[in-house]
Amino acid sequence: MSDKALLTLASADPYDRGAFDTDALKDSLFTTRIDELVSWSRKNSLWPMPMGLACCAIELMAMVGPRFDVARFGAEALRFSPRQADLMIVAGTVSKKMAPAVKKVYDQMPEPKWVIAMGACASSGGMFHSYSTVQGVDEIIPVDIYIPGCPPRPEALIAGILEIQKKIATETK
Amino acid sequence: MLVQRPRALTLGERIYLPGILKGMWLTLRHMFRPKVTLRYPEEKWQVPEYYRGIPVLVSDQDGRTKCVACFLCQWVCPPRAITIKAQELPSSNVEKGPREFEINMLRCIMCGYCEEVCPEEAIFMSKEYELTGRSRQELIFDKEKLLRLGGTRFDTIKKWVHK
Repeated sequence: MSDKALLTLASADPYDRGAFDTDALKDSLFTTRIDELVSWSRKNSLWPMPMGLACCAIELMAMVGPRFDVARFGAEALRFSPRQADLMIVAGTVSKKMAPAVKKVYDQMPEPKWVIAMGACASSGGMFHSYSTVQGVDEIIPVDIYIPGCPPRPEALIAGILEIQKKIATETK
Repeated sequence: MLVQRPRALTLGERIYLPGILKGMWLTLRHMFRPKVTLRYPEEKWQVPEYYRGIPVLVSDQDGRTKCVACFLCQWVCPPRAITIKAQELPSSNVEKGPREFEINMLRCIMCGYCEEVCPEEAIFMSKEYELTGRSRQELIFDKEKLLRLGGTRFDTIKKWVHK
């Protein structure tokens, strides 16, 4: 393109698409860091692995149901296969007999992965000060969010998922 | 009675289409029913009066802790979530009070036994139900935090004034 042609373009009508207009560029381009983009997409499509071990699992099911509808936060795809999940929700009493299975399922999940300990039993052992109960699932796997309650309401679990979304947004894995 | 094999499928059942249409009709009908979803973070649940949330300590109208460290709640607590350390209050009528009062919210099962057993009406079940934490330590509530959450309840006995 000759210099003369460029000059004509620059002086043309700003609403003309052919003209080089920086304002138009602002409207059409979106820049971000790749980390932020990746964590944004991760946090808005969490696929939970429901580790329903006791009564908390009922509230976990209620969270997925129409009343509370976790699909609004993109976490409705409960995967019963650890290979397709990235958020493990440990809901219920972890007995010492179940602990190796929980650990195994966690190990089978692909990175990056997060864990929610839902309810008193999964978070700390709850009222089971017992020889047969793991005193908190964080003794065997790393936990990101603890939710107290026996069981917690589905809202509390949604609050936990929102909290973990905040955590994912700030971290780079 | 022995279980019989199911009868052979009719033509309508074999081509599946009526079944699929029936199912889609059901889905379609549900689309026009009233919406039941509670839009949680914006729209909150109406907490009933009898709801048992996390237990909190209350203070009376003079801003004093009602608890006299009698250890009944610690004794009755099924998951042993409550830890009290008492202290002497020599200059007052009450003589004894909690120096430390901790409730491990991760242990707590919100059974309400502590509220029920408390002779001084110092511990109440709050309406708080959406608690989360990133560590265990964060969810062990100490006396100051529990009192802040509990607020003030009017007390007619005024045990601080009268013997």
